[in-house]
Amino acid sequence: MATRAKKSPARSAQTSAAKAPKPIQFTKEQELEAYRQMLLIRRFEEKAGQLYGMGFIGGFCHLYIGQEAVVTGMQMALREGDQVITGYRDHGHMLACGMSARGVMAELTGRRGGLSKGKGGSMHMFSKEKHFYGGHGIVGAQVSLGTGLAFANRYRDNGNVSLAYFGDGAANQGQVYESFNMASLWKLPVIYIIENNRYAMGTAVSRASAETDFSKRGISFNIPGIQVDGMDVRAVNAAGEEAAAWARSGKGPMILEMQTYRYRGHSMSDPAKYRSKDEVQKMRSDHDPIEQVKNRLIEKGWSTEDDLKKIDKDVRDIVADAADFAQSDPEPDASELYTDILL
Amino acid sequence: MPVDILMPALSPTMEEGKLSKWLKKEGDKVTSGDVLAEIETDKATMEVEAVDEGTIGKILVPEGTDNVKVNAVIAVLLGEGESADAVSAPKAAEAPANAEEAPKQEPASEQSAASVPAAPKTEVAADPDIPAGTEMVSTTVREALRDAMAEEMRRDPDVFIMGEEVAEYQGAYKITQGLLDEFGPRRVVDTPITEHGFAGVGVGAAMTGLRPIVEFMTFNFAMQAIDQIINSAAKTLYMSGGQMGAPMVFRGPSGAAARVAAQHSQCYAAWYSHIPGLKVVMPYSAADAKGLLKAAIRDPNPVIFLENEILYGHSFDVPKLDDFVLPIGKARIHKKGTDVTLVSFGIGMNYTVKAEVELAKMGIDAEIIDLRTIRPMDIPTVIESVKKTGRCVTIEEGYPQSSVGTEIATRVMQQAFDYLDAPVLTVAGKDVPMPYAANLEKLALPNIQEIIDAVKAVTYTA
Repeated sequence: MATRAKKSPARSAQTSAAKAPKPIQFTKEQELEAYRQMLLIRRFEEKAGQLYGMGFIGGFCHLYIGQEAVVTGMQMALREGDQVITGYRDHGHMLACGMSARGVMAELTGRRGGLSKGKGGSMHMFSKEKHFYGGHGIVGAQVSLGTGLAFANRYRDNGNVSLAYFGDGAANQGQVYESFNMASLWKLPVIYIIENNRYAMGTAVSRASAETDFSKRGISFNIPGIQVDGMDVRAVNAAGEEAAAWARSGKGPMILEMQTYRYRGHSMSDPAKYRSKDEVQKMRSDHDPIEQVKNRLIEKGWSTEDDLKKIDKDVRDIVADAADFAQSDPEPDASELYTDILL
Repeated sequence: MPVDILMPALSPTMEEGKLSKWLKKEGDKVTSGDVLAEIETDKATMEVEAVDEGTIGKILVPEGTDNVKVNAVIAVLLGEGESADAVSAPKAAEAPANAEEAPKQEPASEQSAASVPAAPKTEVAADPDIPAGTEMVSTTVREALRDAMAEEMRRDPDVFIMGEEVAEYQGAYKITQGLLDEFGPRRVVDTPITEHGFAGVGVGAAMTGLRPIVEFMTFNFAMQAIDQIINSAAKTLYMSGGQMGAPMVFRGPSGAAARVAAQHSQCYAAWYSHIPGLKVVMPYSAADAKGLLKAAIRDPNPVIFLENEILYGHSFDVPKLDDFVLPIGKARIHKKGTDVTLVSFGIGMNYTVKAEVELAKMGIDAEIIDLRTIRPMDIPTVIESVKKTGRCVTIEEGYPQSSVGTEIATRVMQQAFDYLDAPVLTVAGKDVPMPYAANLEKLALPNIQEIIDAVKAVTYTA
């Protein structure tokens, strides 16, 4: 007869899965930082969509509009040297990491001033300087790679954590769980951020996932998980702070399920017939991450409409400059065809 | 200034579409994200969203218009205080403009797409001279591989090994014997049975500059990890514009052992040799195993290092030197000869060397080239030899189609056609999954007689 005396470690993980930290109140400076950052991502993505429509951006282009609070809140919880890695919906992550709007946009248009010299495109961009490790087009691959970044942090004992972002779709890939197992076994400093935007391409989570509470996905690996309101940048930041402290202190990985929403289709050619217009409109009008911050700034008297308009104009200028650069910068020289294959 | 609203392309291939419906009318105020219109292509109905805020000044293409070209101006958006009068009529006439005249996809670029630059040629240094009087020590391939890793781990603290049973078990094939004792569990890491996952972990660590050696218990199991090897390890340097890559080694046995049947008996030389961004090494002798593994660990690129279980126990002379490193990408002339060029590598050399002894008895003086590296392939050495002998036979254990041998045959045909006195023949494993039965397994592998027959055929001595 099997013994059941041992206390299941899964139970303790489940307990911590239930506790989401209360959203901390942001200072005026934090609210303004979040506002500016999220607005930059939104305007950048709108411009990217426009340039795609004009034929300046080719191939696949996955916009981050609606999900801005996730990367913005997480980035505010990081310290220098912490790494970020994500999948193909990556423009927001790069801007949040501080990579230049010009560099990202010029990569989207395939120009030599792009972050990958025009050789990577929307889904494959990197920045060693900003500790951004891609930009990966294979769904779920970044989870093992991000675990490897954490392995390197542990190997070097540098006190850094890595952030591995992936979606509700990638959460069903096998290598995610292989990575969870190793990360927990070796107590690697990695935060797994599941951006649950409710649809894996056109498939709603309930049609693809036997367990739709993604914060529970680490239970059998003894990894605690938290469900977070991913539309509230303060809630994201609070969860990020907690997870970073946990991982940095040697306790191993943590899972943050960010409940978020993408306003646009999966990619540019997605007619989004799998969800109603009302659903999208309701998210936009009731839960928009940028409007939430804007309303708080106004309500608290921290900013006037004019103050915010000025930020809006600054952001538009950055994006317009990036778009101009991305359209006028030359394509890579033909000689680049054979560079960067081997060192 | 009024902003033109253009007919968008919604996929890389869309050229025109139907403007089926306007959801805003002239005079409406819009903000970015508002849906302005619906357009239809043969594939889908899509929404056109406003990118800027303003007032719809003029609608230039009425709803229901078919075949509206991408980038045609469909409406004009006015800023504060601007008037629709500023929009001139000819613009409307221009609306169904030819998409080919539009600025799309024709950026300022001086080069024409036709002039493809030549692939760069890299010079590979010759093997280092072994000083006269150097002691030669009989060493198994197994020991040579272990020594190479130990030496490199002593030399560089960023080098570590990970894989199944590499630490406490001392290696499934005892290649990592003693490493745990010397380097400890931080640098000799036992992984769970999770090839896809730990290959990805290794690549991630390498992207930060560490130097992982990822051991696969056999390369058959690396099929689970091949996505990380190819899509992540091999391509990151290119995709990042040279910012980061994967300086690492994937190693383990490849090819048939003995009676382990279909799923455990496959040669991966041809598979990995197909991929730009990888180096592929497959040594035969213990000295090459040692010198090339040391080079692979130091190499800043991802290196696939294919070993062979049967060769692990074979002994060869290895020079006793403090730091014996061989060049990746250089073939080794195993034996000089004049009548026919035999090209092989790895376990294929086992058959080739034995066949050569028989050929010598028949009066045929064969030259044997051990490729050692499959990618980059040292074709110049092969071509030089074929120019001398006029005949070439390749030998390998892998499947015959799209094999290393067919690659060599192609290159020799292209680069030394006028020197050939006979077609290049390829001796390979049979085009079947490896059978278990001893007699069938023997038939599935290449054999010495097949090499002899091929040489007789190309030398017309049959």
